[in-house]
Amino acid sequence: MNVFIVNGLGLLIIAGIIYWFWLSKPGAQKAEGETAIDVIVDNGVYDPARIEVPAGKTVTLRFIRKDASPCAAKVVFDDLGVTEELPVGKPHDVMLKIDEPGEYAFTCEMQMYRGVLQVV
Amino acid sequence: MSEIRLSIAGMSCAGCVASVEKALNNVPGVVEASVNFAEHTATVTGDVDEALLIKAVADAGYEAAVMRGLDDESEKQAAETAYYRASMRKFIVAGVIGLPLFIISIFDLLPGVEQARALWLGIGLLSLFVLLYSGRHFFIGAWKAFRVHNANMDTLIALGTGTAWVYSMIITLFPDIVPAKGRHVYYEAAAIIIALINLGSALEMRARGKTSEAIRRLIGLQPRKARVIRDGRELDVPIDEVGLGETLRVRPGEKIPVDGEIIDGSSHVDESMLTGEPMPVEKQVGDTVAAGTINEQGSFLFRATGIGEQTALARIIEMVRRAQNTKPAIGRLVDKVAGVFVPVVLIVAVLTFLAWYNFGPDPRISYAVVTMMTVLIIACPCALGLATPISIMVGVGKAAEFGVLIRNGEALQEAGKLTAVVLDKTGTVTEGRPAVVDILPLDGHDRATVLAMAVAVETGSEHPLAQAILSAGEAEGVAASAAESFTAIAGHGVSATVDGTRILFGNDRLMQKEGIDIGEAGERLAALSGRGNTVMLLAIDGRLAGLVVVADPVKPDSAEAIARLHKLGIKVYMLTGDHADTARAVADKVGIDEVFAQVLPEDKDKHVAELQARGEIVGMVGDGINDAPALARANVGFAIGTGTDVAIESADITLMRGSLHGVADAIAISRATVRNIWQNLFGAFIYNTLGIPVAAGVLYPFTGLLLNPVIAGAAMAMSSVTVVTNANRLRFFRVKSS
Repeated sequence: MNVFIVNGLGLLIIAGIIYWFWLSKPGAQKAEGETAIDVIVDNGVYDPARIEVPAGKTVTLRFIRKDASPCAAKVVFDDLGVTEELPVGKPHDVMLKIDEPGEYAFTCEMQMYRGVLQVV
Repeated sequence: MSEIRLSIAGMSCAGCVASVEKALNNVPGVVEASVNFAEHTATVTGDVDEALLIKAVADAGYEAAVMRGLDDESEKQAAETAYYRASMRKFIVAGVIGLPLFIISIFDLLPGVEQARALWLGIGLLSLFVLLYSGRHFFIGAWKAFRVHNANMDTLIALGTGTAWVYSMIITLFPDIVPAKGRHVYYEAAAIIIALINLGSALEMRARGKTSEAIRRLIGLQPRKARVIRDGRELDVPIDEVGLGETLRVRPGEKIPVDGEIIDGSSHVDESMLTGEPMPVEKQVGDTVAAGTINEQGSFLFRATGIGEQTALARIIEMVRRAQNTKPAIGRLVDKVAGVFVPVVLIVAVLTFLAWYNFGPDPRISYAVVTMMTVLIIACPCALGLATPISIMVGVGKAAEFGVLIRNGEALQEAGKLTAVVLDKTGTVTEGRPAVVDILPLDGHDRATVLAMAVAVETGSEHPLAQAILSAGEAEGVAASAAESFTAIAGHGVSATVDGTRILFGNDRLMQKEGIDIGEAGERLAALSGRGNTVMLLAIDGRLAGLVVVADPVKPDSAEAIARLHKLGIKVYMLTGDHADTARAVADKVGIDEVFAQVLPEDKDKHVAELQARGEIVGMVGDGINDAPALARANVGFAIGTGTDVAIESADITLMRGSLHGVADAIAISRATVRNIWQNLFGAFIYNTLGIPVAAGVLYPFTGLLLNPVIAGAAMAMSSVTVVTNANRLRFFRVKSS
């Protein structure tokens, strides 16, 4: 009986991992063209981690890095060829204009901090 | 809302103030802009892009630059030091508690949980303190990441150590739920792992500090103060208060504070810190000087032409910084792996648990928990993610030390693969300062007439050969008439009318084209060309009137640099518009393999394409201005400079000093960096692909060996440190020319 429960639970956890980390997505925060959207860099996450931006319009992401660990030192928009160094405690603006709708990841150098720009 | 100070040049009256203010106030985001005419500055408040302000002022007919020194690294260093200290503090607290527990556990110094439950409960609470004090950030990070559907290093550490603690507490409180043999607790593992990972973070921070040594050195070149002359008085002012157009004094041994042009005095300036050129450069009135370089003996006055972020030094720093942040293709592939790594490890950990639970020996639950925990702890995606960028960072910085500015990671990677290098002749292989060495009049004309006619048709031309003619004319005091109906024929020469006679001046192909018989002069032309001279022919009214012999000396180290390229296994070609005999003579002097002579400027890129079609990976070396299409066509374009004036960013790789050694240096550094990246990737990949199965216990059925979670923690903590340390080895890389 125990064996069934443990195995069942194990498989359920695996299904949960697949669903939570790959199949489902967090809600996106919308960025309007004119104002900068604050992105807090702390505790291993970008907050918000999913940002909806309009295609073809310049948006400003204002990164506020609170985490002094070297992991948080840079934000990389790999698909856009943009890498910015983030000073600790000082807001750092990244202005982007993306014409093609789609999803564009932004990460730290080591891919631990992860966020997505959802261009619509 | 921020305040930006601009230096404004070109304002001559109070009316200018109004137009500059109006231009600035019209920029979107500006709340207020005020101009100080006396100081020639403007202060702008608002939320605005600096580039838009500079453009607005330029559109109004003035010149503006942001007034500030280069940001120093002191704030960054302070933050890094604080982080290092915090990590060390957490390490020490966790270590002081964890180490005795580890010793107790190894030597089995305490009775089991059934016999001394209260004691183990106390130990459990002590280790909980470690998790909360030294490991809190892992748990907060893991939870925050989980909420946004992300999993990272914190997830693995929090789950690994959390599992160890929770399982141990359950055993302590309810020992009967597992068989007697399995009643082992892992409080010490949780504490020691937290200690080791904090130690790893601290050591990694230390090692990383060294990777940005090159950029720190460049930033450190800018002096903090400058001596300006205002109202006839010399004042020492902070560097960010120096305005465009101000006059500054530099005394012997001082650093030059901003970019400028010498207006009085002369000296020798050590530019090695920017160009890698060890010999000091002579500077006279009219010459440019660059911020960060060091004045030797003389004293001079100069006018500021570039301040703040406009200086060559600032642009070099910006380019190096940008390049350090780019990734070559190999890095991107690894990122894809690193991006899905943690959830995959989580699944592997669950499968490990199930495998041991279903098929493991007794006590199964104990084995299942320990192996799962070890898998979570040993996996290190950071080492994978770090492998490429950290080497690029050090490699690009190292190259900058030798005056080699690499535009991006892709160029760095490509440079190492080159199989052929094409060199432009003039200014690349040779000095690029041709001089008239002989004039041979023909057909009854005299030397003075030939030179006068040549000077007349070349006046106003910027071509290096024209400059040689004009210098010769000046030296001999030739009075030339004005030329009319001037036509330049690319790759051939020029034609014009002077004093009613038609003059043709150019190479033998121009004469052929115009149907002019060069007769016996052809032999002399071949002989002179065969000695490496460039021979120009002058025809007056359709008859050959003389030969002007120009020589452009080969750079003293070209032959040595080309020999280095050969040693690196690279074929060396030379492209030139010159006569084949001239080109061959120069090529033979320096050991070039093959020559493309009499190439028209617009055909240079075709030769590069031709080599590429033959399967060569081609680097093209030119001045970055006349060779733009060929540089763009090549796999890697090298712009070779003559000091700090070089057009930075005009090519994939910019060589700040004029020597061809820069090409060999760039290729050698590229190869060393790519080798370093592969070592890192191999290490990180092998570490994870071997470490995870071993942690899962694949060796157990054959050897009875199971990895201790504490050892896994130590391995994980050191894996990133190893990658950074290996990248740091590149700092000690020496190129042969230095």
